[in-house]
Amino acid sequence: MRLARFVGSILSFKRYLVLLAVAVFSAVGDCLLSRGMKEVGSISLSNWPQVFHAIVNPWIASGIVMLLAFFASYITSLSWADLTYVVPASGLGYILIALLAKYFLHEQVSIARWIGIGLIVLGVGFVAADPKVSTTERASELSEAQPAETRV
Amino acid sequence: MKNLYLWSAMIMMILAAVAGDVLQAHAMKVIGDVGALRRSHGTLHVVRRVLTSGPFILGLFFMALAFFSLLFALSWGDVSFIGPASASLTLIANTFAARIFLKEDVNRRRWIAAILIAVGVVLLNH
Repeated sequence: MRLARFVGSILSFKRYLVLLAVAVFSAVGDCLLSRGMKEVGSISLSNWPQVFHAIVNPWIASGIVMLLAFFASYITSLSWADLTYVVPASGLGYILIALLAKYFLHEQVSIARWIGIGLIVLGVGFVAADPKVSTTERASELSEAQPAETRV
Repeated sequence: MKNLYLWSAMIMMILAAVAGDVLQAHAMKVIGDVGALRRSHGTLHVVRRVLTSGPFILGLFFMALAFFSLLFALSWGDVSFIGPASASLTLIANTFAARIFLKEDVNRRRWIAAILIAVGVVLLNH
């Protein structure tokens, strides 16, 4: 019984890491793309082959890798959590983008932005404190016998 | 007239984004916990299950549609308006759609979270 609870808590810790990965990969990916596109410049329909030029830009290439990692962790989280849990929880990514924009892209963060960050932190906290991750949780719990899962 | 184009592209984008999210959430719910599936059947099996899922592929199609609608919207309006407006409207629309189509139990806590984040996203881009 104790072993089952121990295994269960490791699994739920892993799930928190996956949710964190959703937020981190999307924020870092967006920032890398933004930085890369500033280097490449705008692409119009008339010079579309420049898209290939953009893809080999190291910032954009690493941004695409990050967004692929985001997508993998996103669909992984959807396999055990509700959409209405994953989407607000990944709102943490918006805060990371604001912080990365301030320290990595050297953009100004206004008071309105800080209030926005505060509201998002509150919103993420609201959903993260929800003990129920999935509407169908009870069924998956029985099949996997992880008592600590209810505490995710 | 330009505003009409802009809003049509944005509504198109929001609907496509919500359809994509709902279809992919549905696909992953049917497939089940990929962690457990990977432990019992291996990574290749998980990848094959995901890529051969009809709703998942349809979801990808809608995500692509959302992306191209976003590009159209961006050619008619400012990114500082379109980015936050579409992100927060998509969040609210997603909550409704998850309740209706995925039969998710959207309690008061989740509604409050969705609304706080939607308002926060708009302020963030001010």
